[in-house]
Amino acid sequence: MNAEHTGFNEHEVIHDLKHYLPAQAPLKDFIHHNTLHAFQKLKFDEATRSAAKMFGYNVSLSLDEFRNLYHSKKICHENLERVIIEKKGKEHLNDWLNNTIKKEYDTSTSPRIGSFRSNWRSLYHINLDSVTHPKIFRILCSYLDQGISIWKFPVHEKGFLTSIREIEKNSSSSIFRTERAKKLFLNTRCEIADLLKILVGDESLYKQYIFDQQFAHQGWSGMVSAIENQPESLLDPKKISVKELIILECLFEIDVLDSKFDANWAPLASRIKDKPVDLFATVAATEITEAIYIWQNAYEWSYYDSVLNGLQQLKKDKPKKSMPSFQAMFCIDDRECSIRRYIEDNDPDCETFGTPGFFGVEFYFKPEHGKFYSKLCPAPVTPKYLIKEIDTNTIRKKDVHFSRQSHSLLRGWLISQTIGFWSALKLFLNIFRPTMSPATAYSFNHMDKFSKLTIENTNSNEKENDLQIGFTIEEMANRIEALLKSIGLVKDFAPLVYIIGHGSSSVNNPHYAGYDCGACSGRPGSVNARVASFMANKKHVRTILAERGITIPDSTQFLGGLHDTCRDEVGFYDESALSSINSGLHQKNGHVFSNALDSNAKERSRRLVSIDTTLSAKKIHEQLKTRSVSIFEPRPELNHATNALCIVGGRNFTKGLFLDRRSFLNSYDYRIDLDGKILTNIMKPLGPVCGGINLEYFFSRVDNQKLGAGTKLPHNVMGLFGVANGIDGDLRPGLPSQMIEVHDPVRLLIIVEHFPNIVLNVIKSMDAMYEWYINDWINLVAVNPETKEMHLFKEGVFIPYQPIPQKIEVVSDITPIVESTLDNIPVYLINKI
Amino acid sequence: MMHSFIYFFIGLPFIGFLLSLITPRNRENLISKIAIYTVGLHFISFVAFAGYWLCNGHPTIDFKNLVLFRSTGYEFFIDFCFDKITLVYMLVGAFLTFLVTIYCSYYLHRESGYKRFFNTILFFYVGYNMTVFSGNLETLFVGWEILGISSFLLIAYYRDRYLPVKNAFKVFSIYRLGDVGLILAMWMAHHLFHENITFLQLQNDELVSHHLENHTIIGTFVALMILITAAAKSAQLPFSSWLPRAMEGPTPSSAIFYGSLSVHLGVFLLLRTFPLWEHQFSVRIIIVVLGLTTSIIATGIARVQSSIKSQIAYASVCQIGLIFIEVACGFETLALFHFAGNAFLRTYQLLVSPSSVSYLIKEQFYNFVPRPTSLEDSFSKKIKYTFYILSLKEFNLDTFIYQLWRPLKIIGRALNFVNSRNVLYYFVPAYILGLICLYFESGIPTQIHNFLPTFFSFIGFVMVLKSYTERKNVHLAWILIIMNHFWIALAISFNEHYMYTQSLLYLSGIVVMGIIGFITIQKLKTIEEHVDLNLFNGHAYEHPKFAFVFLLSCLGLTGFPITPTFIGEDIIFSHIREDQVALAFFTASSLIIDGIAAIRIYSRVFLGPHIKTYHQSAFKSS
Repeated sequence: MNAEHTGFNEHEVIHDLKHYLPAQAPLKDFIHHNTLHAFQKLKFDEATRSAAKMFGYNVSLSLDEFRNLYHSKKICHENLERVIIEKKGKEHLNDWLNNTIKKEYDTSTSPRIGSFRSNWRSLYHINLDSVTHPKIFRILCSYLDQGISIWKFPVHEKGFLTSIREIEKNSSSSIFRTERAKKLFLNTRCEIADLLKILVGDESLYKQYIFDQQFAHQGWSGMVSAIENQPESLLDPKKISVKELIILECLFEIDVLDSKFDANWAPLASRIKDKPVDLFATVAATEITEAIYIWQNAYEWSYYDSVLNGLQQLKKDKPKKSMPSFQAMFCIDDRECSIRRYIEDNDPDCETFGTPGFFGVEFYFKPEHGKFYSKLCPAPVTPKYLIKEIDTNTIRKKDVHFSRQSHSLLRGWLISQTIGFWSALKLFLNIFRPTMSPATAYSFNHMDKFSKLTIENTNSNEKENDLQIGFTIEEMANRIEALLKSIGLVKDFAPLVYIIGHGSSSVNNPHYAGYDCGACSGRPGSVNARVASFMANKKHVRTILAERGITIPDSTQFLGGLHDTCRDEVGFYDESALSSINSGLHQKNGHVFSNALDSNAKERSRRLVSIDTTLSAKKIHEQLKTRSVSIFEPRPELNHATNALCIVGGRNFTKGLFLDRRSFLNSYDYRIDLDGKILTNIMKPLGPVCGGINLEYFFSRVDNQKLGAGTKLPHNVMGLFGVANGIDGDLRPGLPSQMIEVHDPVRLLIIVEHFPNIVLNVIKSMDAMYEWYINDWINLVAVNPETKEMHLFKEGVFIPYQPIPQKIEVVSDITPIVESTLDNIPVYLINKI
Repeated sequence: MMHSFIYFFIGLPFIGFLLSLITPRNRENLISKIAIYTVGLHFISFVAFAGYWLCNGHPTIDFKNLVLFRSTGYEFFIDFCFDKITLVYMLVGAFLTFLVTIYCSYYLHRESGYKRFFNTILFFYVGYNMTVFSGNLETLFVGWEILGISSFLLIAYYRDRYLPVKNAFKVFSIYRLGDVGLILAMWMAHHLFHENITFLQLQNDELVSHHLENHTIIGTFVALMILITAAAKSAQLPFSSWLPRAMEGPTPSSAIFYGSLSVHLGVFLLLRTFPLWEHQFSVRIIIVVLGLTTSIIATGIARVQSSIKSQIAYASVCQIGLIFIEVACGFETLALFHFAGNAFLRTYQLLVSPSSVSYLIKEQFYNFVPRPTSLEDSFSKKIKYTFYILSLKEFNLDTFIYQLWRPLKIIGRALNFVNSRNVLYYFVPAYILGLICLYFESGIPTQIHNFLPTFFSFIGFVMVLKSYTERKNVHLAWILIIMNHFWIALAISFNEHYMYTQSLLYLSGIVVMGIIGFITIQKLKTIEEHVDLNLFNGHAYEHPKFAFVFLLSCLGLTGFPITPTFIGEDIIFSHIREDQVALAFFTASSLIIDGIAAIRIYSRVFLGPHIKTYHQSAFKSS
């Protein structure tokens, strides 16, 4: 910090800026997060209206959309009244009914961001961005590129600006047009404050200017910020910082202004008459923002109430068979909600569980011949372990169409006249007979099915890059104990316990990582499932577990597997290790799985117009598989779209309730955790993981243009880490419209089966966790497991809550309903006769 | 027999296009079926026809189809031709369009503008067929114009975003510039051969060399004009930078049009006109040099591209440069083979380009080798860095294109005295004066008389320049375009004594479409308070019908083959003598710029980000 720059604290400004910029990591590590994370310190309504005013985002459905939902009965009048009374008092009910339902508002917006810097245009009639943006984007993309360009950025090891300076010094062609900018760049330290003195002049406006400038391309700035924070998110690491980006952009601006006006221009601040509105000034609520927030709540509670009614009306008197036929663990992922239902349907004696899909084992994974490690656990965790794959025998196939040779002059001449005709044939086949190809991102390719893994560590000195290779027996036991206790599986073990991770397959999909397991950092969960099973099968581990009160019979075997949520396939690992009895049982269960997968495919297909849902489940399943490898399908699956709930409790708490794949399901037994210790561990990641997924879908849905990635059809892959429209566009973080179009933007409702006071203690135990609830980013209901009374978390306390009564329909078979509609299906009680 | 087949191939896409126009917007299935059946039937019947043709000794078919206008010494006719070149272009085009149409029927599901997309694809296909079946430059020009406008519409498919519209306009301007070449080539060719010559006649060596013998300069001029047109269409130097910027629409449309079909049409034009410049050695050298320079520069640019589509685009440009060389060397078969291979390869590469993330990341994961540190050797370092920076800047090609228009913009902005008041008080009376002069033409001294056509065409040119740079008044900009045509008609009337009916033919389309366009803007202005040319207004969001009607009137006004004006334009040129370079220049420039000016009005008023902000809209930079 220079003493003369008192009004402008560079460090602080950049820190703030990075906080507000989009935080999406490069595509290969696509991890869902709250798009408006920067505002999470505020209450949801204040946060959203501030984001809207500051940055011009849409933060809710439009008034018209809400009114249409109301008129089509998707928002209940009773819920609307209830929300109004609660927020505005009974005496204002009619006024606000009128405001919400009828009154006309001017809903056009004028964001604060960009208003100051737009004076270049109004005062100088110059469109700076149209000249500087393409240049900056191109340089950034070339510098950060991971493997598209053939000639890499010539200097790379010295950091962003130093590398460019090195090239600029040694090149006869310059990236600048004029002398001053070039000299500043080569001969001075290029402090931001000095450059802004030339451009802006008034120190008090520097911050605003930088925000205006960087938010004019928030996609690129966000990517630079993300890479600065986590350089390891690029395989080919690049040193870069937001500060460097700002410096370069300021230099380019000076360059453009100089070349257009020579010396005949003055700093921007000296020319404007009035100071612009402070970007960060508090944004007060207005009638329209209040009306919108009332609608948002009414919309959410119209749905939540039907779920809560369903839970209350669920009959739980079925006596449980002492020994289940088999047990199966799945990820809490909302997409596994239906497959569990169908498995239980096909074998009523089995038992299923939900738990985060890394199954409590955190490590880096190194596939054989791989040059890097992949992290296989939730993003915030940093594992100390490494698991290596050995003895593989698959050969990776290549596709010449991605080869760089075809872009060169002479080899291109040869290739275009030979391979070119092969392309024609491939195109033909790809359209009429889509099949798996090397271009497909196939979940089962994550790990070779017949490979071996270095799971057990016998010598704690065995290390690679400071990572311990494998786990010791003690470490294994700790993890398996925690896993089993968290889901309440501590006795009555069936002969076979499946641990099934999930992944997804797709082709022509730059966002492929967003379809895999979020708990495994956007990768398939197969390795974790296999590792956890191995640990649980280990004899010494069981001995330790027995000492800790969990006795697993010797006849019980754990078996890892992977569920492909797009193709609806399940594959198992290490089946050869099964005892002959278990092998027989496993074969029998195989039918259960395959029938369940067919039915699941059928239920999913109702949202996909290209498939006729009334066909037989088997046929549909085949079509779905073909679809997953079709290069012309922009929607391999719908991923987390429509997610709205997260239920933490025993399976009995939810079994028999049709939730239409809208719920994360985390198994939990309060009876073995009366003090809530285990619950703390369960709820800690729910905010960032489930809340993150939910809010990313929420905001990508309500403003697909500014907070989402827009339609994916024109997307162009930039440097293998991002997508943009065309070749000169800004990067587009967020979700493409094909992922969110069927999503209903409602906040997540977490329902916990435990005593309210315990739940309150749990969420209060950590500030970061508590923030999600106290600031209304997630709604929370605790259900007293004994009395079944519901309590709603509100303003820091749990208050008794009674949903607006509503009779939930009982059906014996959900299939006809599934076949009948593309829309969300209301809650049903399924009662098999 | 064969003739009727060709009618069928030309007519079928057109019928499909009309059908798709009248299909309701919400019938996704029907819309895509119409497109698939049209293109599919076209493809299959063409394959059958091709087989039949090959088995029957593959004769070159050429027939004069429709004489649209005839007067003494002048005939405007549509002519079709079918030979090996058409065969290859048709096979590749029909095959790719068929497959990509099927592709799109799934890919575009739920996209707003589904119908608009398939309309445009079919329209493009109409133009493509017209072009590759064309038997003379006039027919080719019809197809050429359709291709230009449908390209504009496809690039600006996401019409509510800033960049697609900006880039679509940029590409359209370059296409239009290329069209000058074609218009001037047609003009000179007409004087050279004293008729509208067909491509088949060009193959008559004796005829061509006879005419070229005494007019080498004219011959070179025609060849060079054709080369400009071909270079613009095929993204050769100095126009290359438009191609990557055209990749704004949905990936499959970029793949088929800018990856393969559209961009290879420059090659087609060269192949077609080959006999014309075959014996002009200097022209062949120029083409080889152009192709080679393009190849070398484009391959450099392709190598530094870090976005997948721009990389493929420049790689394609590089190969087309080589094809230019092949054509110039007379290796027709090789060129056709290379065209087909390159078209297939680039289409497929673009179609699977989104897969590159997972594929190449995997590749990187398994094969990564840390890069060695940078160069130490200072000489090779200097050359390498210089070439890298130049490639990164695309050798300033994009800036060059921008600079090309700059003088026009500067002049146009200096023309502040051309405002609505002055137009009414000075230019309208001046025009009436001009008409009076025309009436008393015989009384004008010869020197003045000789000067008048150029002078009047210059006034017309001034009108259109002003229109092109007008920032506020939409009506004024529109009227100036109309007036430009009137001045041209007046200028040519002085030039040669021709029938007034010809002027009438020329102006008829202008007047009708001009009035329709005027009324559309008038109506829009009564509804919307903000309609100007300073920024994009994006009114198509609320008024798509107005946008459509106005687009039609723009087309009419710019001599698009939907009104008689189209023929009129050609006739006008036939009345310019080969020594009247200035007149030809002003007239041709006027026609080019008025097309650009009209599309500019359309873009600014109806396309781009909507000025109303009550709904979701994208950032300008996205």
